[in-house]
Amino acid sequence: MADQRRDLEKRPAPEALLAAARREESRIGKLKIFVGAAPGVGKTYEMLQQARARRKDGYDIVIGVVETHGRKETEALLEGLDVIPRWRLEYKGQWLEEMDLDAIIARRPQIVLVDELAHTNVPGSRHPKRYLDVEELLNHGIDVYTTVNIQHIESLNDVVAQITRVRVRETLPDSVFDRADAIELVDLTPDDLIQRLKDGKVYVPEQAERALEHYFSPTNLTALRELALRRTAERVDEQLLAELQTHAIAGPWAAGERVLVCISEDPRAAGLVRYAKRLSDRLHAVFTALYIETRRSLRLTEEQRDRIADTLRLAETLGGEAITIPGGDRSIADDVIDYARANNITQVIIGKTSRSRWFEILNGSVVHELVRRSGNISVHVIAGDDIVGEPIPKKTVRTAEEALQFDPRPYAIALVAVAAGLGAGEAIQPWFGFENVNLVFLTAIVGVAVRCGLWPSIFASVAASLCYNFFFLPPIYTFTITDPTNVAAFFFFIVIAIVVSNVAARVRTQAIVAMGRARATESLYAFSRKLAGVGALDDVLWATAYQTALMLKVRVVLLLPENGTIAVKAGYPPEDILDNADLAAAKWAWENNRTAGRGSDTLPGAKRLFLPMRTGRGAIGVVGIDRDKPGPLLTPDERRLLDALIDQGALAIERVHLVEDMGRVKRTVETDRLRSALLTSISHDLKTPLAAVLGSASTLRDLTGKLSEVEKTDLLATIIDESERLNRFIANLLDMTKLESGAIVPNMSAHDLAEIVGSALRRANKILAQHHVKLELTKELPMIELDAVLFEQVLFNILDNATKYAAAGTAIRIRSWRDTDTVCLEILDEGEGIPPADLERIFDKFYRVQKRDQVLAGTGLGLGISRGFVEAMNGTITAANRTDGTGAAFTIRLPVPVNPQQLDTAA
Amino acid sequence: MTAAALKILIIDDEPPIRKLLRMGLTTQGYQILEAPNGKTALELLSQRPDLIILDLGLPDIQGHELLRTIRARNESVPIVVLSSRGDEAGKVQALDLGADDYLTKPFGLDELLARMRAALRHQLQVHGERPIFKAGDLSVDLVRRVVKVRDNEVKLSPKEYDLLRVLVQHAGKVLTHKLLLGELWDELVDTQYLRVYVRQLRQKIETDPERPQYILTETGVGYRLRSPD
Repeated sequence: MADQRRDLEKRPAPEALLAAARREESRIGKLKIFVGAAPGVGKTYEMLQQARARRKDGYDIVIGVVETHGRKETEALLEGLDVIPRWRLEYKGQWLEEMDLDAIIARRPQIVLVDELAHTNVPGSRHPKRYLDVEELLNHGIDVYTTVNIQHIESLNDVVAQITRVRVRETLPDSVFDRADAIELVDLTPDDLIQRLKDGKVYVPEQAERALEHYFSPTNLTALRELALRRTAERVDEQLLAELQTHAIAGPWAAGERVLVCISEDPRAAGLVRYAKRLSDRLHAVFTALYIETRRSLRLTEEQRDRIADTLRLAETLGGEAITIPGGDRSIADDVIDYARANNITQVIIGKTSRSRWFEILNGSVVHELVRRSGNISVHVIAGDDIVGEPIPKKTVRTAEEALQFDPRPYAIALVAVAAGLGAGEAIQPWFGFENVNLVFLTAIVGVAVRCGLWPSIFASVAASLCYNFFFLPPIYTFTITDPTNVAAFFFFIVIAIVVSNVAARVRTQAIVAMGRARATESLYAFSRKLAGVGALDDVLWATAYQTALMLKVRVVLLLPENGTIAVKAGYPPEDILDNADLAAAKWAWENNRTAGRGSDTLPGAKRLFLPMRTGRGAIGVVGIDRDKPGPLLTPDERRLLDALIDQGALAIERVHLVEDMGRVKRTVETDRLRSALLTSISHDLKTPLAAVLGSASTLRDLTGKLSEVEKTDLLATIIDESERLNRFIANLLDMTKLESGAIVPNMSAHDLAEIVGSALRRANKILAQHHVKLELTKELPMIELDAVLFEQVLFNILDNATKYAAAGTAIRIRSWRDTDTVCLEILDEGEGIPPADLERIFDKFYRVQKRDQVLAGTGLGLGISRGFVEAMNGTITAANRTDGTGAAFTIRLPVPVNPQQLDTAA
Repeated sequence: MTAAALKILIIDDEPPIRKLLRMGLTTQGYQILEAPNGKTALELLSQRPDLIILDLGLPDIQGHELLRTIRARNESVPIVVLSSRGDEAGKVQALDLGADDYLTKPFGLDELLARMRAALRHQLQVHGERPIFKAGDLSVDLVRRVVKVRDNEVKLSPKEYDLLRVLVQHAGKVLTHKLLLGELWDELVDTQYLRVYVRQLRQKIETDPERPQYILTETGVGYRLRSPD
């Protein structure tokens, strides 16, 4: 067992190999970060020097953006390197310069230098952060050299702020730092750095000069240097670990450590998440941020909810997993322990409560309970950080706050209820005494609590207690109470009133929440059922757009890929065209499978917010939403609902795609089957007459002396007949090919039906030799618009068909008549008729009715061609069985021209 | 006139077809000239053939182009064109360019000989018109303008008679709608008029107008009057 396990561990970890392969194969650029402990250590200088060295090796290197801050040594290094000019954009009346991302991508260098990775771009740029620009460069296969100071690293943000008392606002997600292919620490001892500062070699913005002295104190610098060294070492460690895993070298890595951090709406939760990141890094473990949604969650303000969402998102930015689970009816500690056990969590991090002793006695302490019940799971209780400033990073997508308006109506109801209680009390007092009147008031309070919620019922409680005191407790009409017993009764009345209010109101909240959730679930369920019912892509798209618009009260557009880009496919209200900014955002969201547009990190200037619609197979489209209301688009609840709706829609779209794919495969199979049947049929039909011709001709040549004259004539007749049959077949094949390729353009003009019947009969003279034709044509039929050549062929084919299926010596009738606005032509034979099931199929290509006795086989094309031709001439052709005896009846109907030309033939 | 055999120029790129025609026509006493392409055909024109059989699908020159060139050099030589079914427009174009008749491939030798005879007869008729046309029960006296079916005189309207006269003058030869319309009407009129007159004429001279024996419809091209007996 142990051996086996070692074997397994020696094998390269598949994930590690995969990651390495992915990096090598997809030509994603390599990222090299030059890390420094503080400004002025010489990161830019070092980066430029290395760039020059690489250039000597023949690499194509350009400068995307480098801040020299006027240092001469640094500027000297720029010489000879290609600098991509920055682009200028106006922001609040100022002209600002930013790195020209598109120009670099178009230039396609091997390596680009991008200084100051944590830089925040001017609003209006494509990405709000420079590291997002860098990501795009890497995705285009361009290597990037960049610099960053340790203070900008997200997970160290708190620590640095604690050390230096300066909170850095420009932060860099750890995931960016961790994805770097190489990290180089540019190190300088604090003393040297301070010396450089004194020499004026360190660039310091003027406004920061005051803070300077404190920031560049030896203590701070030492601490920052240690941080930088440690973070780099950790990173290098990880790299080593990855290397070891890739090459299956047994290492000392700890297996199975998992960190769970419990978060709440507390602003300090962000600190917990950062702590979890550091802890999990040290343990080489993964971490999960957990939020448990309880009844209390529903009473949170929008600001608090936003904070929770942001904290969860912070965990994701730091490379962790973010999970929200609904709490059961038990304590939070139970839920946390259950989750931890189910997911093999080894370390749980929870914040130290700042709640009062009273609160803990009443509600129990989650922390205490957690510690008590954790068993073999380590519990870290962290104080969080008390640093003022901005503990939470900016949101990925800003969400709106719901304006809470004061509604006076519940309070009015409360007053009415109390007044009613007062009236009732006055009414029953003579019989029951004032001691029992408080029960009447309690009833009113419970009613208010159930109907209007907590605050109106507390308001009612206060009002009721005042009334009770004023109107019923002696001395009445004063707020004083003389009897001590009554004081006690009054006190208990107030306590009971408030407790009852609380309980009843909670029940009400739960009911409302449950109802709300049920309604949302029901809508979603109805939506999914609706989606399941529709088969066409357009319907699915429309339903998704409509449902989203309806449930979130937003405008929705749906975009799907089309010819290498994406295009609007549906919208509610209907929308066809997006402006350029929106289109760019939608495209970016599609290409990068990430959120873009209004309120997001990328192209926030767009009017809409675009979210990719994902399924297990990847992104399949983009949904764009907007709303007239300015500011953030969605509340966190709405965002969650939107996610659910989009997921449903995405699945439905995928289903349609899959069904289409299946249909296509089926059609291909069908076509292949038909094609092979066709080939068999064609080769048979071509070869049979040819064999007869060849056989007869060779017999004539080889045995000419031994054949009687009759035999010779017979053979010659066979040659001629079979050649003619072959000729007819080839003609049919050509006609069918023309029909199928759409090359049939009828040359329509007015004709006399009888004339064409006559010429068709003349042409079919030979094949009709064994049958006699009875013509019953109505005289004085109007001239009909048709193509004479095609129509003659139609008649010929039907006559040909009749001669094959009706025995020799029988009659073929041709009738014509006018039926209001059509002219009908009917050809009736005296054969066996057509099996009813075949009445439509006989017009199919290569379909032949099974014949009992052996008759000359037809091509199976004639009737198909006839139908094709007749339809090309705006007519119809149908087959039926004769009612006046056996035999088939083919009826051709052609429309009578609207204004049949009256010709003056008297001249 | 009959002292020398008539010279027939066969223009076709297919050797088997040329061979077949050569064999078939030689037995009928014709002298044969063969051209596998347009260039040779134009060279052979100097030998003054009495009739030309031209396949419209040639490798080097468009059949219609060659037809035009031949007509430009020799006004009167009869030309029978070989073409394929379904190419009615091509046939009409060839006839309009001056071809005397056409044959749809594949064809029998008897058909070809009939067409050739009709074309050659017409060539001779230009010189001396036969006064009385007879085919089956139909007889037409072009001098006295009398039309008889089974010896009963048939009353024709002037236009009907003109139509029949044109057909008789070119009996056995196909006449395109365009040619007939041009012969019968001064102004441009629709083919429909022609169809109406043909129908009326058939009612008067055919035994079974629905299965005409004299005025034959060449679907998509025009009409042909049966050759005289």
